[in-house]
Amino acid sequence: MGEKVLMKGNEAIAEAAIKAGCRHYFGYPITPQTEVAAYMSKRMPKIGGTFLQAESEVAAINMVIGVSSTGKRVMTSSSSPGVSLKSEGISYLAGCDLPALVVNVQRGGPGLGGIQPSQSDYFQATKGGSHGDYHNIVLAPASVQEMASLTQKGFELADKYRMVSMILADGTLGQMMEPVEIEEVSANQVEKPWALTGTGMKREHNIVNSLYLKPDLLEIKNFERFEKYKVVEENEVMYEEYMVEDADICVVAFGISARVAKNAVNMARAQGIKAGLIRPITLWPFPKKPLFNAAQHCKAFISVEMNMGQMIQDVELAIRCTRPVYLCNRTGGMIPSPDQVLEKIVEVNDGGAK
Amino acid sequence: MAVVFEKPKALTDAPLHYCPGCTHGIVHRLVAEVIDELGIQGETIAVASVGCSVMSYDYFDVDCVQAAHGRAPAVATGVKRSDPSKIVFTYQGDGDLAAIGTAETVHSAARRENITVIFINNAIYGMTGGQMAPTTLPGQVTQTSPYGRDVNTVGYPMKVCELLSGVDGAAYLERVSVHDVAHVRKAKAAIKKAFQNQIDGKGFSLIEVLSTCPTNWGVSPKKALEWIESDMIPYYPLGVYKDIYAEEENK
Amino acid sequence: MSTLNILYAGFGGQGILFSGKFVAYDGLIAGKQVSWLPSYGPEMRGGTANCSVIISDDPIGSPIVEKPDVLVAMNGPSLDKYENEVVSGGKIFVDSALIERKVERTDVDVYYIPSTKIANEKGIPTLANMIITGKMIKEVPELSIDNMDTVLSKIVSARHQDLLEVNKDAVRTGYDYE
Repeated sequence: MGEKVLMKGNEAIAEAAIKAGCRHYFGYPITPQTEVAAYMSKRMPKIGGTFLQAESEVAAINMVIGVSSTGKRVMTSSSSPGVSLKSEGISYLAGCDLPALVVNVQRGGPGLGGIQPSQSDYFQATKGGSHGDYHNIVLAPASVQEMASLTQKGFELADKYRMVSMILADGTLGQMMEPVEIEEVSANQVEKPWALTGTGMKREHNIVNSLYLKPDLLEIKNFERFEKYKVVEENEVMYEEYMVEDADICVVAFGISARVAKNAVNMARAQGIKAGLIRPITLWPFPKKPLFNAAQHCKAFISVEMNMGQMIQDVELAIRCTRPVYLCNRTGGMIPSPDQVLEKIVEVNDGGAK
Repeated sequence: MAVVFEKPKALTDAPLHYCPGCTHGIVHRLVAEVIDELGIQGETIAVASVGCSVMSYDYFDVDCVQAAHGRAPAVATGVKRSDPSKIVFTYQGDGDLAAIGTAETVHSAARRENITVIFINNAIYGMTGGQMAPTTLPGQVTQTSPYGRDVNTVGYPMKVCELLSGVDGAAYLERVSVHDVAHVRKAKAAIKKAFQNQIDGKGFSLIEVLSTCPTNWGVSPKKALEWIESDMIPYYPLGVYKDIYAEEENK
Repeated sequence: MSTLNILYAGFGGQGILFSGKFVAYDGLIAGKQVSWLPSYGPEMRGGTANCSVIISDDPIGSPIVEKPDVLVAMNGPSLDKYENEVVSGGKIFVDSALIERKVERTDVDVYYIPSTKIANEKGIPTLANMIITGKMIKEVPELSIDNMDTVLSKIVSARHQDLLEVNKDAVRTGYDYE
């Protein structure tokens, strides 16, 4: 066990990436994730890595494609409007089956929106977000420690499944400091025979490509990719359950909202209300089973989100609409308070179909 | 029987899909010959772009990555930064390089990325069926400039070598043509120099090749070659636009 | 103690975030759970800045301090904004050099210290934040000055080690202020 240090969430992501063997970072300044780039610009030159401030988010994600196609760990980070610009590249990464880590430290939207924390890119992250049939693995940290550990997990899963792993954080998690301990992990867990390393005149040329002009071939490719996604859904779901066992009211929240919700669950329990919390850690694949199981004994669900209600649709699907699901939300950069969530719990517990 | 002519090793056996009279095939061959002559086939990584040359990954017998429209220099930047010992080149058309990818082109030049860019200027969008390109000449008729390119409403063509010659980072810029044998020879020398520059670590080299598109220009292959000489070269003069090392030597 | 919620508030440039970090690190070294959350964005550049610090024996839920046990107010607007949010029985520390009015609440303990004036007099005008922090450490039993040296050596960057001693002096000055 190393020593715990106080770090900002954004810095923890950067250091965790370096300790996971990532030596290439491409980015573009945008609040509230700029600390990732600043940290990388300081560290990379000292460890023989590449930090490059690209001319745009579009260029940055394509530089990521370049490095990834050579088989090395690589990442980029941005905040909501910047991630929209990266979307094109994310679709190409998916279509080329290239691994990469993309970090979204979300801020309020749509458009230029604001710079305060938000979770309003849930749809974009979990439903594809760019053109074509594809998924990203979406990881939602709720602490600075998880900003680090899920970054490393993200690289691992990206390499294992040749997919994009996205860290879906928000401005609060990016800017806050908490004690964190970051391990050194190996970057070479997976063989990459597909990588472009030069043929060395010893093998056939490798091609990294997403173009299939014959529709039957493209269909087969997509079918194959979705077989892989099934395996991810079966094996890689992560979530946290808190006091769900005997709960009547199940609160569902991810990221910073889950921490607010946990306070509210504790306050509700202190009032004798049997509330519990399910916190999805992977937003894709979504933890459908624990929610479905909770629906066997919980009389209602509350989705706490910093958007106009996006994850709530996945909650409803997961429980097959067998119980009412209520939304408790703030948006535009506002964060719900524990009191607001408690009020909703009380109201719902009192039968509130208000 | 003595072999007097054979296919370069750096080309695969895949039949090219280019139209009759299109000079993409010539430029592919020149690039492949240069790769053979420099002995870099095993170390070369190609970045294909979007346009008629989108499937060049099937033709060049080197490792290849296919880039999104306009993004080839950014992808090449990633490849080169990942392993600077590899020889990385992009092969892009005018729509890709001088319209949607202008930012990537200019900034990879500004960074003096040690890559080689082969830029095919045929004054039209070929793959989508002959629309106006950033390099379409004033007055030139295309599918989306049916009355001829009117510079008063759609502006002027992009002169890429001239534009990049003002970018300090660009190391070597030359415009060549492939409309006759003599010019093909010169084009090959330029392409070779652009690859040699990369081997020598000299930084961003771009070769603009004036090229034909008889299908979308609506002329015969022979007329197309003549049109390069009569119409394109006067607007896009051939020559070396920048060679920072030659400039240094002359000082 | 189970949880101590501290809210620092003042102008950007007063070192609000740095003081918060100092207190958070102090909690970390004492083996507590801690969180530090700044306001961020353009308002930091000369506008209002605030910083939530939570020190707890238990895992910390929301890192946002909405009802502080301790409020450190370093300008008038901050006191106006947060005075009524402080929990009953809580503590308010007021930089009385910059805030002329008195605290109206009667159910909280109030400590007035002209930290900006003291800092100016001592020739360390940028360290009023650490002076008022010293006073807070003295009056809040959950905090301690014992680990000050270690904490400062962690948060004062290597480039600015010359500032270590003046920071210590500032904290000590506040701590000893009656």
